[in-house]
Amino acid sequence: MSPLAILMSAFILSIVGLGFFIWSQRAHLTDPSTEGSEVIFAAGEIGTPEEPAAPSGTTRPAADADDAELAARARADASTAPLVFFFYCCAFVWLLVASAAGLTASIKLHAPDWLTAEAWLSFGRIRTVHLNAVAYGWAPMAGLGTALFVIPRLLKTELVGGRYALLGAALWNAALIAGLGSLAYGVSDGLEWLEIPWQIDLLFVAGGALIGLPLILTLRRRQVAHLYVSVWYMGCALFWFPVLFLVANFPGLHHGVEQATMNWWFGHNVLGLFYTPLALASIYYFLPKVIGRPIQSYNLSLLGFWGLAFFYGQVGGHHLIGGPVPGWMVTLSIVQSMMMILPVAAFTANQHLTLKGNLGALRQSPTLRFMCLGGLMYTASSVQGSFEALRSMNAITHFTHYTVAHAHLGLYGFVSLVFFGAMYFVIPRITGRDWPWPRMISAHFWLASTGIAIYFVSLTIGGWLQGRAMLDESRGFMESVLLTLPYLKARSVGGAMMALGHVVFAAHFVRLLIARGARRTAAGPFATAAEGI
Amino acid sequence: MHSETRLILGGLTTLAVATAALVVLPYITIADSAPAPGLKPYTPTELRGREQYIQHGCVYCHSQQPRARAFAPDAKRGWGRATVAGDYAYDDPPLLGTMRTGPDLMNIGARRPSDQWHLGHLFQPRAYVPGSIMPAYPFLFDMRDSAEPGETVVALPPGTVPEGKVVVARPAALDLVAYLKSLDRSYPALAADQ
Repeated sequence: MSPLAILMSAFILSIVGLGFFIWSQRAHLTDPSTEGSEVIFAAGEIGTPEEPAAPSGTTRPAADADDAELAARARADASTAPLVFFFYCCAFVWLLVASAAGLTASIKLHAPDWLTAEAWLSFGRIRTVHLNAVAYGWAPMAGLGTALFVIPRLLKTELVGGRYALLGAALWNAALIAGLGSLAYGVSDGLEWLEIPWQIDLLFVAGGALIGLPLILTLRRRQVAHLYVSVWYMGCALFWFPVLFLVANFPGLHHGVEQATMNWWFGHNVLGLFYTPLALASIYYFLPKVIGRPIQSYNLSLLGFWGLAFFYGQVGGHHLIGGPVPGWMVTLSIVQSMMMILPVAAFTANQHLTLKGNLGALRQSPTLRFMCLGGLMYTASSVQGSFEALRSMNAITHFTHYTVAHAHLGLYGFVSLVFFGAMYFVIPRITGRDWPWPRMISAHFWLASTGIAIYFVSLTIGGWLQGRAMLDESRGFMESVLLTLPYLKARSVGGAMMALGHVVFAAHFVRLLIARGARRTAAGPFATAAEGI
Repeated sequence: MHSETRLILGGLTTLAVATAALVVLPYITIADSAPAPGLKPYTPTELRGREQYIQHGCVYCHSQQPRARAFAPDAKRGWGRATVAGDYAYDDPPLLGTMRTGPDLMNIGARRPSDQWHLGHLFQPRAYVPGSIMPAYPFLFDMRDSAEPGETVVALPPGTVPEGKVVVARPAALDLVAYLKSLDRSYPALAADQ
């Protein structure tokens, strides 16, 4: 079959498949009522922002809101508080570990004779520690912690089986400590994103299953008819990840170059079907909540969700363009990478329409600032990724630092910023204390956003020039190495700013915990819960 | 959406489609590709060296997949012809790599057949390639006043180590070099679509 025919049939199959899916999943697709998107508010609460991270006095409790519903939400928050607190504490630790490892790796690329005496500090190992501390530490701990906080609120019930999740999180973190230790010691399975030895992966599987269990138990006790958008993303992510992880790490199953296709099926899906949905779910919940107004279009969110579910899973082959793998598979992945523009556009339009006229809230709300910038970065990194998958562009950017810049735009600019925003909202609710120093939130925001901007711009330019140099056979290979040096140094500057931002964030959290005479958030339902029940 | 069952089943179906395309079909078609004619299995020493290559993370900067002439001038750089699935028949896991911070190594054994070059280059890359940003691996070597009989002394360019010191390769370094020298896919092979 000719490539064009494959391309066309993949395209048509995708469209038909997606249409069928949305049709089969729809509930009153053309129903003009916005009931589905209003489920996150109590009766009479629309129009009232909830922003626990804003300086005290800028948010008021909703005067007209149904007290019983607010009390129920406070009980939902209270049911998750100790659990989410544990997840977030772990997230802070892994964030700092990952920052230190990442910054070390970055500096080593332009100072290769720095810290060479110890094997565990060599670039190949410390870089791997950085990636795994982000991939299995910071991102899942922050994302799952947020999911466990949000899900009972969305289902209007208390969390059921939180103890399983606590045990699961303990196992998960024990596995990660063992995993990072073995990587530093020099025991690795040798596949990117799947380096942690499969024997340790068994612990992750057990821990992950225990963390997912409360979701099912809580779903069965739900008090709402409508499953809100965030539940779709979080619910599916919690089912997708175990499938990905089990199939990918199954010992002895994969052989030869098929291991490479499986590797990138996993590598890209852990981003697209785990971190991305957890972060999008957070935006879909916190953004309307903070501005006090339901999302604009329920149907656009439906398209965004099923589009992501359908297309994202098949894009991994674009990591192997030009490699020794079947051509049809690479072509399929390129087509589906371009198709991802569809759900991304749906999400972007929805976010924009919801925010329209509410941009003033950005000044008041730290949560919103992180979320909005994160949402913009989702659009930017997704569109960039789609074009990066095209053969003409991939020929230049593949194998260069350009890809590294893109990966950080997605996992930092989008996912991490969104999780920062969520944590600023959730922590006052689960601890019953205000953030003591609003200026430190600003410092964190500007360090993180300026840092990633420097990181991304410098590495994108450096990577592009590197790729152009490698494609020109008249230029020696060393030229492609030497020309990247100024950009690699700039990346270390950006990375250092990001790391400093994380230190500020963590120090602020510690300050909140040890604050004397802990103040309850004036507007928070947590206060209501503690006093009124 | 009202039904969690439909939601989860729908989500798992889309993942099943993706898994069929990227994992199951390649599993059926290329997982058991026969070794390319001319490809030799690794010796135990080379396999130990391959473990070193994995544990020190060489794959994060070096690819093992020269691309076709139509795509990139890899062959003109001396990196070799485009590889085929059969070239990786003994590679578990294959180390295709995603970065070329350093050059492709699929045929480094053919390009650099000297043990001494590799050993010295691992000890201090900048003594061989000025401006190289490859890490030095001094922990794979011992620096002593004299070598014992039977040990491999690394002949380094003058000025790399202090006067009167010798650098002796540890077994891990010798294994790694044996693996690097085994990377030679210069025998002819035809890609499926050629």
